[in-house]
Amino acid sequence: MELKIVVLAKQVPDTRNVGPDAMTPEGTVNRSALPAIFNPEDLNALEQALRLKDEFLGTTVHVLTMGPGRAAEVIREAMYRGADGGYLLTDRAFAGADTLATSYALATAIKHVCPQVDLIIGGRQAIDGDTAQVGPQVAEKLGLNQVTYTEEILSVKDGKITVVRHIDGGVETVESALPLVLTVNGSAAPCRPRNVKRVMKFKRALAPLELPQGQTYEDLPYADQYGKKQYLRIQQLTTADVNADLQQCGLAGSPTKVKAVENIVFKAKESKVLTGSDEDINGLVQELLASHTIG
Amino acid sequence: MNNVFVYCELEGTKVAEVSQELLTKGRKLANTLGVQLEAVAAGSGITGKVESQILPYGVDKLHIFDAEGLSPYTSKPHTAVLVNLFKQEQPQICLMGADVVGRDLGPRVSSALHSGLTADCTALEIGSHEDKRTGKTYENLLYQIRPAFGGNIVATIVNPENRPQMATVRSGVMKAEVLDPNYKGEVIVEDVAKFVPETEYVTRVLDRHVQAAKNNLKGAPIIVAGGYGVGSKEGFDQLYELAKVLHAEVGASRAAVDAGFADHDLQIGQTGVTVRPKVYIACGISGAIQHVAGMKESGIIISINSDENAPINQIADYVITGTVEEVVPKLIKYYKQNSK
Repeated sequence: MELKIVVLAKQVPDTRNVGPDAMTPEGTVNRSALPAIFNPEDLNALEQALRLKDEFLGTTVHVLTMGPGRAAEVIREAMYRGADGGYLLTDRAFAGADTLATSYALATAIKHVCPQVDLIIGGRQAIDGDTAQVGPQVAEKLGLNQVTYTEEILSVKDGKITVVRHIDGGVETVESALPLVLTVNGSAAPCRPRNVKRVMKFKRALAPLELPQGQTYEDLPYADQYGKKQYLRIQQLTTADVNADLQQCGLAGSPTKVKAVENIVFKAKESKVLTGSDEDINGLVQELLASHTIG
Repeated sequence: MNNVFVYCELEGTKVAEVSQELLTKGRKLANTLGVQLEAVAAGSGITGKVESQILPYGVDKLHIFDAEGLSPYTSKPHTAVLVNLFKQEQPQICLMGADVVGRDLGPRVSSALHSGLTADCTALEIGSHEDKRTGKTYENLLYQIRPAFGGNIVATIVNPENRPQMATVRSGVMKAEVLDPNYKGEVIVEDVAKFVPETEYVTRVLDRHVQAAKNNLKGAPIIVAGGYGVGSKEGFDQLYELAKVLHAEVGASRAAVDAGFADHDLQIGQTGVTVRPKVYIACGISGAIQHVAGMKESGIIISINSDENAPINQIADYVITGTVEEVVPKLIKYYKQNSK
């Protein structure tokens, strides 16, 4: 059985290290001020896809990502780890998209690049938004069933897939027919590391937007390689390429608008400062007991 | 028409607490807007069992969808219920819990109806909005307020043009309050087949294990919470010991959970549980905003941290500068001595 798998991946700002210039005055994320990483749960998703590729000969895994030129980095990273290739969905018209406009763009691109897709796998959520909305919204746009919060794919057989997923307070094993959209939890198996041979093979893979200003592949030092090895040219797709309706893309296609953004400032309290000494701790316990705060 | 709707999540025939919290909020929003509050419950064998758990929160109309395939929850049939009901009823607002069910269902419904959805809101208000580009002013919009960007900022989101305005809210963020135990609301038992075509039942649940929550973090009067500074899984043992003598529950920060020191269901914060205990003892927790968002309303906050400049100290009533392994055993010792 050969499966056609599309992995949805996102390059995200590392929200664990946020500085004061992280937001623009318009309230959108200033991506250039932060280190960009492969969204962690999308790596868990990639691993589930690569396991199916290991199991079923002839299975293909392609990464689809939306973003600026530098987002091609996640496609290369996925290729280093075992993906066959990927597509960079990139266009100024996609800028400012909320989750709904993003899922419209992704769904439209999937119809274009992989109309016979068997499985679409993505991380449960991205760390810059934590919404977990794009997976289900893509599924609905494509009319496909979905399984969210996936922990593990147990089997794929006779056009059906069996999956263990997390639910509130427990776990559930579900079965669904393919095609299907799966979103994968961070607690699922971690992604395999880069493979050295694959790094050597794909390290020069570039998307057109990554080329130095005004240059083509023919101007690069290894121009002959780009002629012989098509996989070194990461495919770029614009709204026109995937025949997207501009009214449903980017800001125009986003029902949600950011009205205001505030930095969080917690009101500081006047604290009583103690040391870890026996007298201090004993005094504190006595004070809390006397006021019936504890006990 | 144009009422406020709350999707009530069920485990068997029991209505989830988060849904009752949202009904309470929904009632207030409906009052502000001068409209009715409606609720939706979908499951099997629920007629006659869920009404008393829903109507007292001030629900004017309850839509019951009772059919074999609607329990346990699967994505497509429940999506069909809401999408087709909303096409008919045209709600202006729809609220649901930000747990696994709500976060699976909400985005599908919003995608089908092309309406905006804001996840994990921490506050919901009604207000006006001026679109600066078009100069158009909108009255009575739902302000969907949520921490964003890893919890470093708070954003107010509005959906000016599209309906319903959809939002999910985590359990414990709002408070459930019965409005009137005898509140008279209309109950409509809907014909499920009219809303859910047979072809929508595409997921088979083969096996399902749900355990009652192992902890009672939400209701605990005292919480002993550990962070990365606890250092190890073993380090949490002394927190359990302190919790035992104080009759407290143990919680954890995201950093401690990510490091494997504590179970995921102990996580307190924006992406975990929101708590309001009488006493919160933060052990080795630096105080990332996403954690503080889930515990800042605690009565008395005691911070134990070797770093005297830890951000959490700013909101603490008592700051103990010292290591967790030094201070916690002393707390246990002196509590035992003094409480006798």
